[in-house]
Amino acid sequence: MSERAIIVVGGGLAGLMATIRICELGHPVKLFSYVPVKRSHSVTAQGGINASINVRGEGDSPQIHFEETIVGSDFLANQPPAKGMCDDAPNIVYLLDRMGVPFNRTPEGNLDFRGFGGTLYHRTAFAGATTGQQLVYALDEQVRRYEAEGLVEKYEYWSMQNILKDSEGRCRGIAALNMPTMEVTAFRAPAVVLAVGGPGLVFGKTTNSMINTASAVIRAFKSGARFANPEFVQVHPTAIAGLDKRRLISESVRGEGGRVWTYKDGKKWYFFEEMYPAYGNLVPRDIASKVIYDIVVNQGLGPDGGRYVYLDVSHIDDDVLRRKLGGVLEIYEKFMGEDPYHNPMKVYPAVHYSMGGLWVDYSQMTNIPGLYAIGECDYQYHGANRLGANSLLSCIYAGRIVGAPAVEYAGQELPEIPDSTLAEVVGREEQAFEEVFASDGEQNAYQIQDEMGEMMDRDVTIVRENAVLDKVAAELEDLDARAARVGLRDRGRRMNAEAIFTRELRDRLLYAKMIVKAARAREESRGAHYKPAFAKRNDDEWLKTTLVDYSAEELKISYEPVDISLLPLRERRYDVKH
Amino acid sequence: MPKTVVFRIKRQAGPDERPYWEEFEIPYQERLNVLFCLQTIQRNPVTRLGKPTSAPVWDQSCLEEVCGACTMIINGVVRQACTALVDELEQPIVLEPLTKFPLIKDLMVDRKRFFDDLKKSKTWVAIDGTHALGAGPGCSQELQQIRYALARCMTCGCCLEVCPQYGPERPFVGAAVLAQVRLFNLHPTGAMQADERLEEMSKPGGITDCGNAQNCVRVCPKEIPLTESIAALGRQMVGYGLRKFFTKS
Ligand SMILES: Cc1cc2nc3c(=O)[nH]c(=O)nc-3n(C[C@H](O)[C@H](O)[C@H](O)COP(=O)(O)OP(=O)(O)OC[C@H]3O[C@@H](n4cnc5c(N)ncnc54)[C@H](O)[C@@H]3O)c2cc1C
Ligand code: SF4
Ligand code: SF4
Ligand code: FES
Repeated sequence: MSERAIIVVGGGLAGLMATIRICELGHPVKLFSYVPVKRSHSVTAQGGINASINVRGEGDSPQIHFEETIVGSDFLANQPPAKGMCDDAPNIVYLLDRMGVPFNRTPEGNLDFRGFGGTLYHRTAFAGATTGQQLVYALDEQVRRYEAEGLVEKYEYWSMQNILKDSEGRCRGIAALNMPTMEVTAFRAPAVVLAVGGPGLVFGKTTNSMINTASAVIRAFKSGARFANPEFVQVHPTAIAGLDKRRLISESVRGEGGRVWTYKDGKKWYFFEEMYPAYGNLVPRDIASKVIYDIVVNQGLGPDGGRYVYLDVSHIDDDVLRRKLGGVLEIYEKFMGEDPYHNPMKVYPAVHYSMGGLWVDYSQMTNIPGLYAIGECDYQYHGANRLGANSLLSCIYAGRIVGAPAVEYAGQELPEIPDSTLAEVVGREEQAFEEVFASDGEQNAYQIQDEMGEMMDRDVTIVRENAVLDKVAAELEDLDARAARVGLRDRGRRMNAEAIFTRELRDRLLYAKMIVKAARAREESRGAHYKPAFAKRNDDEWLKTTLVDYSAEELKISYEPVDISLLPLRERRYDVKH
Repeated sequence: MPKTVVFRIKRQAGPDERPYWEEFEIPYQERLNVLFCLQTIQRNPVTRLGKPTSAPVWDQSCLEEVCGACTMIINGVVRQACTALVDELEQPIVLEPLTKFPLIKDLMVDRKRFFDDLKKSKTWVAIDGTHALGAGPGCSQELQQIRYALARCMTCGCCLEVCPQYGPERPFVGAAVLAQVRLFNLHPTGAMQADERLEEMSKPGGITDCGNAQNCVRVCPKEIPLTESIAALGRQMVGYGLRKFFTKS
């Protein structure tokens, strides 16, 4: 395929949608992915996708969706793009419906919608409890159609290593690793779209997939791409603990009527319903996680003193559960060995999603011309806290709107970048791998990963304290120094998972440092960022987006104003209806 | 209760390298799954005899049986490592890669052919475009349930591994692809291209290659009604054959 093709890195919902749009405009795409795109992390999404179609005649509208998204974001999301997303949401769900997604239906045969966090409307379209999987498959099929037409060329089991830049600082392609052969190749492209997903592994055991390595965004960051709001990390209130990961029990379980409780004074205490009479079990995630943390950790009220609370659906009809939540309950059953249909589930908060990501403008372009970012790896739509079922939406929306500007950008005539530039980047990447292959220190990369993950999960999630963050920052420096002294066991030159992991570990440590630094700096509480010492939102000083730029000496933090041109600031309350 | 878990893992550095076996022993814990055992071995790859080695390589992503990546042969049965619980397995637990796909390394194979066969089968809805064209066709709750059950296929390849008709040297696309053809032929808009799909599936490698051994449906982790789908497709094929006969003559 020609060097005219636009490169899309990542084949989750965002990358697949971007690929479809670019092809639809007649432009070829080279699609790179760690795993075959159909296995991307997006398949794990359970609950659904928001669109104010108002099937139930409740008076819902895209404007209300927009306002709830902004209030949910604690006013940190730029308002015009969030409005664009909510306005387009009905079109997106209709488009997915036309592609054949088996969305659940009403008796009349219309799309069915369910309740979700942060809203009192039934706004979430869903396909059983494996919505993400169904959406990925639908988009994957459309991409396959373009692949059959010769417009898409897939590079699966390839890992992006870096971006190529010309002398003017524009992005002109990527360098990528063919993982089975461990060879690095440079690819020219007139534009590059990053759709590489979130940074789950920075926090060790989370609800995320093993391929959420945080590496690709960090490589772009180190090459000059600006980051925004890294301190805003969503902790989901209801997950189950496993040895290998935390498995999500979707918010849709509460959307369908699931109730959360624990014992207090020997009686069942439905604490959300008591504390938030208006929204009850559907308070947004930042609030729900904080409450559960307080009840379990500070008040010691987990059942039998355990680190969990109950999530209960046993009052709901088995058949309804099977039809609407089967996929989630199956996960509980398989991994916990208990029947969730008739016994309350044991759940506890877990790291889930990153609101922060690469900084982008309203056309999804990063600060590097020719480099775009979409999906969970951009920062644009969710501010300080994302509402449930808004992520699949923002991924697809961003993929949809990036197509036209990327194709237009790709149409300009630019002087050819010389082969020597390509050779130089490939040489640098090869050199970095050679250093990994030669490493024979006393440290174990997986051990360092575990220590980093446990520390980040313990100290940098629901509650943040400056003194603790300072300690974490110092500890991260220490881990980074140790990561430079790893000993490699596998020196084979084929699909060397250990070498790849070892190199990416340093990327994750840098990502962690960025989160800690930005969190340390922000002296207020907003959305998912909560500091007891600064317990309130402080709009006078902190209604601003955090920006981070890379430099080898020190990460540079600055701020820019949030675009609040459409909805005036207000207090965020969920005990009463707003 | 055993205090340790013993694994026997088939190793192979690449498709042209010589395979060999290695044994590992790790501490037992409650609710261990095979995938976490592999992660444990990876952290400190020393064989049962105390010999340092490299960690076995395998494919993984979701860890909750929805991506299909970690499919391998566990004690002779093809399944996902992430949902294979140690408590339910006999020891030593024997791990082998899928045999019907090219090996990448150790327990990791390349299932590209599976995706290519989906290309051949044209299993997509040929939409007019992504611009706003309103809602899709209405659909009954019953049809949605049937389609959803088929749509959960995660391209894992269990059904292909056990199919006597499927193999690297043979053209048969296998049960999963046939079920996908049924899925798209059931969709009101998808049905408009039903004949194109049936035409593809009437060629060598299509439905007539199925020997009806029914192995496939027994191993599908998502309980996809594979043989029922192959039968349904067979009936569509008859109708298609007749239509083709009459339009030609
Ligand atoms: C358990 C769970 C349930 C969820 N449920 C919901 C829900 O119900 N509703 C909702 O709205 N949101 C939900 N979310 C959030 C949502 O699923 C994700 O935010 C979203 O799917 C991210 O999609 P993406 O396209 O940005 O990235 P991903 O789907 O993560 O895809 C990233 C892609 O990038 C590729 N990649 C990464 N690094 C590299 C590299 N170096 N080189 C090449 N390729 C690379 C990967 O292979 C992959 O193809 C859920 C999340 C989880 C974890
Ligand atoms: S019925 Fe038998 S031959 Fe046919 S696809 Fe299934 S396993 Fe293969
Ligand atoms: S039909 Fe079942 S066994 Fe076959 S690939 Fe799909 S999910 Fe796997
Ligand atoms: S890792 Fe996804 S199915 Fe096991």
